Amino acid sequence: MSDPLIKVENVSKKFCRSLKRSLWYGMQDLGSELLGRRHGDNSQLRTDEFWAVRDVNFELGRGECLGLIGRNGAGKTTLLRMLNGLIKPDTGRIEMRGRVGALIALGAGFNPVLTGRENVYINAAVLGLTKAETGRHFDEIVAFAELEAAIDSPVQTYSSGMTVRLGFAIATTLQPEILILDEVLAVGDANFRHKCYHRINKLMTDAAVILVSHNMDAIAQTASSLALMDGGAMTVFHEPVEGIAAYHDANAQRQATTSDGGTTHQCYAPVVAAEVRILPAEVGYQGQLTVEAEITCDADLPEILISFTATNAYEQAVMCWHSSRHPSPLGLCKGRQLLRFSVAPLLLDNGSYHWNFKITRRGSLEHVVWLTRHGPLVVKSRHRTLGNIPYLPDASQCEHRMLTSP
Amino acid sequence: MKRTASPSFAIYTPDSSLRQPLRLVGAMFRDLSSGRELAWRLAVRDISAQYRQAALGLLWAFALPVANALIWLFANASGVVLIRDTEMPYPNYVFTGTMLWAIFLEAANAPLQLTTAAKPMLAKINFPREAIIVSGIYQTLFNAAIKVVVLLPALLFLGVQPSGYLFLLPVAVMTLVFAGTAVGLFLTPVGLLYTDIGKTFPLAMQFMMYLTPVVFPIPAQGIAATIFRINPVTPLIQTARAWLTGSLGTDLVAFGLVNLGTVLVLFLMWVIYRAAMPILIEKMSAS
Repeated sequence: MSDPLIKVENVSKKFCRSLKRSLWYGMQDLGSELLGRRHGDNSQLRTDEFWAVRDVNFELGRGECLGLIGRNGAGKTTLLRMLNGLIKPDTGRIEMRGRVGALIALGAGFNPVLTGRENVYINAAVLGLTKAETGRHFDEIVAFAELEAAIDSPVQTYSSGMTVRLGFAIATTLQPEILILDEVLAVGDANFRHKCYHRINKLMTDAAVILVSHNMDAIAQTASSLALMDGGAMTVFHEPVEGIAAYHDANAQRQATTSDGGTTHQCYAPVVAAEVRILPAEVGYQGQLTVEAEITCDADLPEILISFTATNAYEQAVMCWHSSRHPSPLGLCKGRQLLRFSVAPLLLDNGSYHWNFKITRRGSLEHVVWLTRHGPLVVKSRHRTLGNIPYLPDASQCEHRMLTSP
Repeated sequence: MKRTASPSFAIYTPDSSLRQPLRLVGAMFRDLSSGRELAWRLAVRDISAQYRQAALGLLWAFALPVANALIWLFANASGVVLIRDTEMPYPNYVFTGTMLWAIFLEAANAPLQLTTAAKPMLAKINFPREAIIVSGIYQTLFNAAIKVVVLLPALLFLGVQPSGYLFLLPVAVMTLVFAGTAVGLFLTPVGLLYTDIGKTFPLAMQFMMYLTPVVFPIPAQGIAATIFRINPVTPLIQTARAWLTGSLGTDLVAFGLVNLGTVLVLFLMWVIYRAAMPILIEKMSAS
């Protein structure tokens, strides 16, 4: 490998929890900076301070992609802000070789009163493009954002989707050597999102990429290595799948230590009590799963909808049973009652799932029963599929026939 | 598809940027130059947005100082206050004074105002921070030009004979703008942390106006006279006023000294602003 484009050595950053103190520390830091003293020296925490990023080390070369994962507040954004040169590290050293492009703030500097055309030039200038460069790419930007008709209208007349589309089109005009992607992978509706992925992929080739996402599928697909951040500390995995597994293990452990295992169990009037069981707790592939709910109400609730879903380890819903398919409308009566339904055949991969059970008042967003992350629901199957899509049995054959021979 | 504005190699460490003065100065001028176009864009953006949303448009560039001058003219004419011993007819004195002061005041307000407005951008994007300040200078100069364009016919109407000294006026206006920018830059770092600064500033400037020969002439004696004399804005206003009304002015040495001082202070404030930015951005929200 040639010289790394990103080199991070022993980088730490401290933050302050209290606003008043934080401002005062800001004044102190300002003073010491102007006196030529080292920023955040003696690596000591002052009152109310904590390490937002602690002793982070990694290197990243051209063509590599580092997936950065971790819970909210683990220090991901703080690290990215240091890499981008927005804030100074308190310890360590960061080297960035190459132009940095950060897909973080879309449409920065947009002024709502001005037209889309004017704002393209402003935003592009903020991102470091010259007028000539912007002019050269102008038509392409507008075409990508699909805003040909509206480009001369004030941006305040745009829908929010139109604004982010324009912002995205401008931000991705740069071809940076170091690309920082923080969650905003794709914007807009499904069609536009597809275009976004395509364009990001083009940017990612030949760049050193840091990708922050909570979407484990995206990380697993694109990252060549993975960094897991927890409480400011970073663990680097050369095999992304291992890192994702470690992340889920850490989350599972955290949930196990909380009293109710991370599950939510809530009832709202007129429901006073709800107890839901699944039978059996371990089902075979294509087997039958029965759900029994014992509901107590203190008033009638004529029309309800029931949904029963299963989520996999990545928090993705993989199965849904919904009562709207039930021929006659369901209702709850005052008193204690039993609801029972079955899911069969159960088409889920081998593995352990959480299940969620919700009852809503028909025609409203209001939940009367809200049970999430219950389980486990264990499925035994010998079928293995790619990704998280359950195996669907079918009898079709794949035919392969040459139409022309060389 | 190449980005030209950003440096292609950057090192970030906890060391104070003041430790390596040569590198710091180099980086400052590099950023100033690479931020030129952005500064222009931001200025055009703010100016056009401002005037597009105001029914009175360009009138706002001079409405406030003109109103201020009229109030003082009325107060003086009706005998509420008596202002004597101005070296020229009072209307000439007060019109030039309020217009010039407004230029200085606008320049002084710009750095904190524009940096505060740019917070969301500053918190997320690494662009030359100098561009914000330069854009403020452009905007103040633009508004100053409108003020001068309004002021000149008014002075003609008031009976002032135009003279060759008018060609010197741009120098005086630039100095007022730079001096104002230096004052504004001085307040910006702390003003970004504590909003108290922004709230106190208009009051302080109001007070300072009365200690500058804007609507009052320099008193002959007393403490006020001393304050007027040591006030560095005094020679700037006096000289600009002289050049506007057809004389060379008597404070030229002081004017030259203040010019020199302005350049030095402006540079110093620029260093502070730059060094302070990462620390201030740390306190801005990243979301």
